[in-house]
Amino acid sequence: MSKSKRRRPRIDAALLSEAVWASLVKLSPKAQVRNPVMFTVWVGGVLTLGLYAHSLLAPLGEPPGFILAISVGLWFTVLFANFAEAVAEGRGKAQAAQLRRTRQTIMAKELPITGDPPRPDSPHRLISSSDLQTGDLVLVEAGDLVPGDGEAVAGVASVDESAITGESAPVIREAGGDRSAVTGGTRVLSDWLIVRITARPGETFLDRMIALVEGAQRGKTPNEIALGILLAALTLIFLLVCATLLPFSQHAVAQAGQGRPVGLAVLAALFVCLAPTTIGGLLSAIGIAGMDRLIQKNVIAMSGRAVEAAGDVDVLLLDKTGTITLGNRQASAFVNLPGVEPRQLAEAAQLASLADETPEGRSVVVLAKEMYGLRAPDLEQVTAFIPFSAQTRLSGVDLPGRSIRKGATDAIRKLVAGQGGHFPEVVEAVVAQVAKEGGTPLVVADNGRVLGVVWLKDIVKGGIKERFLELRRMGIKTVMVTGDNALTAAAIAAEAGVDDFLAEATPEAKLQLIRDIQAQGRLVAMTGDGTNDAPALAQADVAVAMNSGTSAAKEAGNMVDLDSNPTKLLEIVETGKQLLMTRGALTTFSIMNDVAKYFAIIPAAFVGTYPALGVLNFMGLATPQSAVLSAVIFNALVIVGLIPLALKGVRYRPQGAAQVLGRHLLIYGLGGLLVPFAAIKLIDLILVGLGLV
Amino acid sequence: MSTPDAVQLALYLAALLGLSPPLGTYMAKVYQEGRPPLVGRLLGPLEGLIYRACGIRPEQEMGWRTYALSLLAFNLLGGLALYGLLRLQGELPLNPLGLAGMEPWLAFNTAVSFVSNTNWQAYAGESALTNFTQMLGLTAQNFLSAATGMACLAALIRGLARRESASVGNFFVDLVRSLLYVLLPLALLLSLVLVSQGVVQTLAARQEVTPLQETIQGAGQGPARGDAAGQALALGPAASQVAIKQLGTNGGGFFNANSAHPLENPTPLSNFLQCLAILLIPAALCHTFGAMVGDRRQGWVLLLAMLALFLAGLGLALWAEAAGNPGLAGLGLEEQGGSLEGKEVRVGVVGSALWAVATTAASNGSVNAMHDSLTPLGGLVPMLMMQLGEVVFGGVGSGLYGMLCFVLVAVFIAGLMVGRTPEYLGKKIGAFEIKMAALVIMAPLFAVLVPTALAVSGPAAAASSNPGAHGFSQVLYAFSSMGNNNGSAFAGLDATGPLYTLGGAMAMLVARYWLALPVLALAGALAAAKSVPPGPGTLPTHTPLFCGLLVAVVLVVGALAFLPALALGPVVEHLQMLGH
Repeated sequence: MSKSKRRRPRIDAALLSEAVWASLVKLSPKAQVRNPVMFTVWVGGVLTLGLYAHSLLAPLGEPPGFILAISVGLWFTVLFANFAEAVAEGRGKAQAAQLRRTRQTIMAKELPITGDPPRPDSPHRLISSSDLQTGDLVLVEAGDLVPGDGEAVAGVASVDESAITGESAPVIREAGGDRSAVTGGTRVLSDWLIVRITARPGETFLDRMIALVEGAQRGKTPNEIALGILLAALTLIFLLVCATLLPFSQHAVAQAGQGRPVGLAVLAALFVCLAPTTIGGLLSAIGIAGMDRLIQKNVIAMSGRAVEAAGDVDVLLLDKTGTITLGNRQASAFVNLPGVEPRQLAEAAQLASLADETPEGRSVVVLAKEMYGLRAPDLEQVTAFIPFSAQTRLSGVDLPGRSIRKGATDAIRKLVAGQGGHFPEVVEAVVAQVAKEGGTPLVVADNGRVLGVVWLKDIVKGGIKERFLELRRMGIKTVMVTGDNALTAAAIAAEAGVDDFLAEATPEAKLQLIRDIQAQGRLVAMTGDGTNDAPALAQADVAVAMNSGTSAAKEAGNMVDLDSNPTKLLEIVETGKQLLMTRGALTTFSIMNDVAKYFAIIPAAFVGTYPALGVLNFMGLATPQSAVLSAVIFNALVIVGLIPLALKGVRYRPQGAAQVLGRHLLIYGLGGLLVPFAAIKLIDLILVGLGLV
Repeated sequence: MSTPDAVQLALYLAALLGLSPPLGTYMAKVYQEGRPPLVGRLLGPLEGLIYRACGIRPEQEMGWRTYALSLLAFNLLGGLALYGLLRLQGELPLNPLGLAGMEPWLAFNTAVSFVSNTNWQAYAGESALTNFTQMLGLTAQNFLSAATGMACLAALIRGLARRESASVGNFFVDLVRSLLYVLLPLALLLSLVLVSQGVVQTLAARQEVTPLQETIQGAGQGPARGDAAGQALALGPAASQVAIKQLGTNGGGFFNANSAHPLENPTPLSNFLQCLAILLIPAALCHTFGAMVGDRRQGWVLLLAMLALFLAGLGLALWAEAAGNPGLAGLGLEEQGGSLEGKEVRVGVVGSALWAVATTAASNGSVNAMHDSLTPLGGLVPMLMMQLGEVVFGGVGSGLYGMLCFVLVAVFIAGLMVGRTPEYLGKKIGAFEIKMAALVIMAPLFAVLVPTALAVSGPAAAASSNPGAHGFSQVLYAFSSMGNNNGSAFAGLDATGPLYTLGGAMAMLVARYWLALPVLALAGALAAAKSVPPGPGTLPTHTPLFCGLLVAVVLVVGALAFLPALALGPVVEHLQMLGH
């Protein structure tokens, strides 16, 4: 599979300056109210601005400059959170703009719908692609853009789908089978197709993709909602703490007979520092960036919910062919019967495979050449080629006086019996042995005499075993799905290191397997491309449809892999996990930060009333004002500092849950406790150094 | 710390950790199988009789809504009955002293206090209540409120243990079984031992005694009194009430001096057993939980988390009490072995500190020393123990269900950090679960901070007896106690004003029922949920790491919510005491 060649919009100066502008636009209360945590900060900003204005007219406890500084700090907290979201959205927007250029109104060649099969030379009329209805037939010829999503009903054509997939190599689309789906906006390069339109204008894949990358349809995912509730609860608690602190402070002043009650501006500062603004400000950016990372991997998720579910997947159903093994089986050995020269068998096998155009057949020719230096013999003697067909399940050649055949065991047995020959017992034993070891046996016969067996082997992809091991460590079970018989399947399963396999799989068996696993409470992910995969895709919790697949498969899945690479499932799972980890890590970090902020602000707020509380200022912050400002500035800056982490996600390692938790608690829990002490002290030193306080 | 003190502490912990597993297993049998061995055979017929008499169909399970309604209705009736008793006690029998009915607001406060398992007492038992009220009103509610908490917990545990079930148990059955098979036998046993130690149990009126020493009524307030006339000793059916006040984490003393009173707590053994009884059932319920969810380790983790918080608090309190007040140095008042002000000399510093931390860790509230006289940090610990939401052991049932809500929050954050939708014991923790857990955690914070703020602003501020930071500590302590259903107090606060009686009653109601309802809703949602089998990718919740995380979550939430208030109260007091 070639790497994607899509050029992704990078984070550059243009994108950043757009984000700066967007973060100002997002200051409108309508935008803010969607995020309760940041909305409270916004209210704090408004309040402190009001206090500043008030203090200019009638002096309050604190100097106006100090109140203004707090207010500026709070506004920057809001702005930085807006900026994080805007940067995350920026890339999606840029990409959506690229895609939108592809989605232009074009003239489609509509064919009349008659009872007869549609023909390319029927008279067509030109109509605008925006007027196409589902069920309409259109002719698309070389050089034309496909006017809308649909299904090829006639013809074969090579299609350039780079507008959607970023992959420049053209793909073949043909009527019938699993490669019949065409996407609006792609271009036919050669030949022609007759397409039945399946999506109305405005609801095509391209339209949905634009909406998705733009984040227009972004709904909150279940975990995001739950986290939002937790953060709102924490915000409420801190609102309560700060609101009750005013009467507490007034009471303390009355009792101690000195100092001033804590000012509203300081209370607002304290509240904003305590409220989980770090995670609250970055929460939506994390979600958008998660979707964006998938898009960078050329996977379009139809909902954020599906991405999140990917992190929870317990079982992966993987098709053997294409995912676990290379697409095709290859001849790996010749097993000659007693009394037959190995070379004789190889030669016969090569001859019998000359007319076999399947990859398996070609691999027999190659193996014979490699092992015995056999070259394709003079073909002029050949009187007849017997090509491989699914019905006969054999292939071969007829030479003068010789009839060489190669094929499935049953087919050859029948053939030998028909020619009155003897099918030796020993062949059965060899065939069973090959099957048991995961191979596919092909029996070779020369004039009714069995010479031996060609051993076709599934080639397990390099590195896949290690991948499965990683998955197992993460607690994810892999199940291989194959049409092979149980013996062969077991051998390949063992070689690839999957946990389980489903042999002789039918679409029904696959669907049943998914239901059984789900009944145990587990989540299932699978990939699929064929129409017969659609029921299973619809049932699976995470269903990745290959872009090369049928539109039925794409409709049933909740993600589409534009690269049509089934191994992508593993990366999707990682992205889902990373998304949750990032949220959890930043939540922990945000909450742990509060401890240091308390030690900065509490002594500052009350030292006038109770000088004894000065002991708590063990950071040695210069003045009460510098302490409050340092905490506010740290609180705002930490959002900016964590934007890269929010966008990239916490680094993912395939480890068990306990190890991952231990590491993250150490980094984000303990780190979150300690970092702000140092940072607040540093900011305080800078403020003093600049002579600002 | 002296050797006997150390031995006492070690024995205490050993007894607690040794007795709680068998009791926990036994209680799990009570809630799962119905009739426990032995006691079940003895009292089983009585259980059946109660069901028949009350028309309870024990096999009929309830959904969480019915369960919650039954709980509320039952508690409402209990509260009304108690209120009636308190008001009408003057007309009722067993009133040898001819006491009158209680004031309406005080009666309301007291009724709410005992129904909600708080046992905040704004009255003095021996001079305000008749024996009839003490027995039928208070002792009965001591049993019923404890059983209510246990029933509520049983429902939550079933929610976690069951899969795709529409019901969480039958409230009345859980209530009756908690009473018959757990509380009654234990209380009977303990009261007999207490009686053997000299705790009074009689229906007789006061007894005139002649003291060996002359009693002095308020130094400097006139001549000594009672030299010849002697003293009237208040008596009553105390032992039966004291046993359940400790076992049921009620804490309401028969006498005003509570377990500092020699007739309520006469000997070292009675002191040890009462102190043990405070934490016994809450600790054992952790094991009940482990047994009922089929993984004993899950119960151990919760118990150890509680124990860690308890020991940390105890360590601080012991240190602070042993250090005493340096301000007394040079005044000829040097303290030997710690601060003894407000403590019973026979109990000593360690025994008092242990009790103070235990009684506030559990939502008990009985005292054997005057908490108001604890050193600032020694007083901070009991306050913080309550402010953590009474989840460090906590009330019988209520402590563990509160802790389980903290567990859900810890699991949620930790689950996100390992990259999976969080799950606890196979149950996915989603928005609804977090919402309910947040309600449970938030309610007590509101119930404490809002009335405290009201009390210190305006005319009510005059109610505290002390100026300065300690006056604030007294108010904060009062509402920390009522807002977490504890019931202990910093004496010296006049808590009879309407803000304290009415506002306190509201705080107690919120802390009890605003928690019970979301807990039952949680039970219903969890019971209905599918169960996900654990795998290597699921967060293990039986590890030391998780135990540490849980401790951190409880501490951080509690500390972040109360740090400013504590800074203005006990922290300032402490620093001022040190002369800063």
